[in-house]
Amino acid sequence: MFRKLHEPGAQALTLTIDGVPVRAEPGETVAAVLLRQQTAALRTTPVNESPRAPYCMMGVCFDCLAIVDGVASTQTCLVTVREGMRVERQFGKRSVLP
Amino acid sequence: MMREVDVLIVGAGPAGMSAAIRLRAAGLSVLVVDEQPAPGGQIWRAVETVAPTTTGKLLGDEYRAGQHLAAAFRASGADYEPQTQVWQIEPGWHVYKSCAGQAEVIRADQVLLATGAQERPAPFPGWTLPGVLTVGAAQILLKTSQQVPADPVWVVGSGPLPLLYMAQLVRAGGRVAGWLDTSPAGGWRRAMPYLGDVLQRFGEIRKGLGWLRELKQAGVKRIRNVQSFRALGDGKLKTLEYTVNGGGTRQVPAKVLLVHEGVVPSIHMTRALDCAHHWSDQQACLVPDVDEWGQTSLRGVYIAGDGAGIAGANAACTRGELAAIGIALQAGKLTAQRAVEQALPLREQLAGQQRLRPMLDAMYPPRASIFAPSDDTIVCRCEELTAGDIRRAAALGQPGPNQIKSFTRAGMGPCQGRQCGYTIAHILAAEQQRPVAQVGFYRIRPPLKPLTLGELASLDLDGEK
Repeated sequence: MFRKLHEPGAQALTLTIDGVPVRAEPGETVAAVLLRQQTAALRTTPVNESPRAPYCMMGVCFDCLAIVDGVASTQTCLVTVREGMRVERQFGKRSVLP
Repeated sequence: MMREVDVLIVGAGPAGMSAAIRLRAAGLSVLVVDEQPAPGGQIWRAVETVAPTTTGKLLGDEYRAGQHLAAAFRASGADYEPQTQVWQIEPGWHVYKSCAGQAEVIRADQVLLATGAQERPAPFPGWTLPGVLTVGAAQILLKTSQQVPADPVWVVGSGPLPLLYMAQLVRAGGRVAGWLDTSPAGGWRRAMPYLGDVLQRFGEIRKGLGWLRELKQAGVKRIRNVQSFRALGDGKLKTLEYTVNGGGTRQVPAKVLLVHEGVVPSIHMTRALDCAHHWSDQQACLVPDVDEWGQTSLRGVYIAGDGAGIAGANAACTRGELAAIGIALQAGKLTAQRAVEQALPLREQLAGQQRLRPMLDAMYPPRASIFAPSDDTIVCRCEELTAGDIRRAAALGQPGPNQIKSFTRAGMGPCQGRQCGYTIAHILAAEQQRPVAQVGFYRIRPPLKPLTLGELASLDLDGEK
């Protein structure tokens, strides 16, 4: 959906999205990285399981929720990438059980 | 031990940074907390790292100017805690915040809310599809990730921001598939009463005309008199359909669609605190009541910047400084006479910075359909409720927004009404034939941002840990 103006340079780091390694630059948000993937949708809603992707990028729409390092419903537009970070798409309702 | 501070500022944008610098100069201890990873607010996102780069150049001089304020802020001696969310403020002032899963309560003598604005929710059929974003979101992606839509992008909306973003996008080598200009016809006619202001502040008008010229030179197609439009697709955006007055309906392929209908103040904190607000007809939103120093109806709670009514970044800096003077006065760091003297040139400056606002509000009113969406349009994105759902519930007696919330769950999802509050208010006003100002807004309750039980449990309230 989006592309970077330049390739991630020497400082690039690697995180995984659903187990797949993805390159990113320090300072970027997880939502920005997700918008560069083939499948931009990062969750389905708890109500009708409709697909959603980042919408506002400033923390007010809560459509960019995903599982980041095991924490579900994280606002990925407010989280910057880290080396080795594990990002997973989340589908439907969350459970209280781990 | 509970940390104590003279002044706690929420938000490190133009207003928050300006206030912090001035408060430190007055000898007050200051803690600034902010959601973002770096200072600058939305307007100057990532300005410290991006301003010196080629991307900083294409974003323009106004963007790069933010780096000087950010540097002065860093040097001010204010404590600064980024990536921190405030989820509750209690009288006395106790500010509850979370950072990296750890919650903390801080006691502050005075609180300054510099939380700025959000883009006005602008519902239309299909606006929840992946591929539909706001113009502001795309600009944030350009600033923080140097990234642009991979394919020619459709832009729908009105106001200065779409013009600026499209100009920046073209400079960056991105492409605009087309721009559906939703501003009602007759913009310049509506601007005529403000001719004097336009002449006074022609420098600012010239910038806007420059962006329009850049778009024209780049061959950006501008489609006016748009009657309606919708986004279509299965799982993601595939097609944009639009109808032009007297011009029939067209379907065009689209992968990314950006929308913008102006901005509105962030009012969740002031609503939760029960500060007094009034309805602004010009900006079609609620605005907190503030005095000449930016103090709300609650003593010791101030607002500076767009959160106290939309006026833009330069005005936000000045309003931040004025609030700082008011706070220093109340803290006994300034005499009343010194405060008035220091404020005088700032008030003159602010009058100039705000001078074009009435003209911009008149030129770019939000499109009428965002307040009267078709029955099939989702209005509450979180709970996936349509305008039709709300209209049906509105017929049950004469419910206000809080009853609608109980009936339907509208506004009960994670965004807590940030995306549906005004739409619901307008739908109820129309159905019940009463002024929207009277219908009002949801009651906002803490936590203002979602909080895990683990975070809540990490709170050390009595210093027992």
